[in-house]
Amino acid sequence: MNGTCQDNAVALWDTHSSRKEAFEAIVKRHMKDAYLIALGLVGNREDALELSQEAFFRAYEHYDDLQSKGKFFPWFYQILRNLCFSHLRKKRVRRASSLDDTQCGCPEPEGRECFEPDAIAERNEAKDRIWKAMSRLDDKHREVIILRHFRNMSYDEMAKVLFCNRGTVTSRLFYARQQMKEILEHDRGAPDAERIHGEPEKGGQTL
Amino acid sequence: MTCQDQKDLMMAYLDNELNEQQKRAFEEHLAGCPDCARELAQFRKLKQMTDCVTLVEPEDRVWEQYWGNVYNRIERGTGWLLFSAAAIILFIYGGFQLIEHIIEDPTVGVLLKIGLLALLGGLVILFVSVLRERVYFWSRDRYRDVRR
Repeated sequence: MNGTCQDNAVALWDTHSSRKEAFEAIVKRHMKDAYLIALGLVGNREDALELSQEAFFRAYEHYDDLQSKGKFFPWFYQILRNLCFSHLRKKRVRRASSLDDTQCGCPEPEGRECFEPDAIAERNEAKDRIWKAMSRLDDKHREVIILRHFRNMSYDEMAKVLFCNRGTVTSRLFYARQQMKEILEHDRGAPDAERIHGEPEKGGQTL
Repeated sequence: MTCQDQKDLMMAYLDNELNEQQKRAFEEHLAGCPDCARELAQFRKLKQMTDCVTLVEPEDRVWEQYWGNVYNRIERGTGWLLFSAAAIILFIYGGFQLIEHIIEDPTVGVLLKIGLLALLGGLVILFVSVLRERVYFWSRDRYRDVRR
């Protein structure tokens, strides 16, 4: 993640004549990170686009509240994650109430969230299983996986955007990966679990 | 150090986040602990598999329109704010004009005038009461600076 946490929103703000021009430069600099993080958190492309744009809008509205303009991204990230988590909570409530209403006795889908398999590139069975396992992590553990694996953030960058220390990042990552391992192991058929446990890969089944 | 302590280092080792000294100490522990070595191998596999998963990026068209969409929200936000403020001002002004007209009109009955004034007085009391309650709770809210 190139300089996302080291960004200099102050410079962008100072070198542009109007507030909107300066904010446009900030948006263009961070839009891909914002969209991809939102996609990792909510698992749906339309929602990710909507939520990331809404986060920028809210950031614009409250930009004057940000005391240290050089720390734009960690501050913006809090807005984005709060929006995404709130969106997921509403979705869960809606789904729970619709299940209560229908009372059809249908089993709940395996994934806790309705994560679109189409959100991942170059799909195959193994990648789908990993994505599904990620969707079943709770929000704060999925979040560290997204930041580390999809945005390639260092532990220090993650600690900055999550407003916690490196120890917390490490333990969340440990727990998240442990959970993913267990989910894959208990997954029916579990070919990935076998591979995680060191059995030789079958020919043609590559990741 | 126990295996549990080493597990805290395992993730940092896996992600290449340890300094040389910590790395050496962890590798020494691994050499004598088959359980940790096995667990590390499992995590390494999982990391490789997870690293292979990439998210779909939208088409260039979406990025080209991205700022435009954010700008539309900003513009609409300003528009709504102005519209709401103007609507409130006009509503209050129109209401007062109407009430003034009714009060001054000799053809309107006294009972209607008294009822109208009572309605207005009630509205003002309700407004002041709600406003005072809001201000009271806001000033004592310990979490008011927390962004939700």
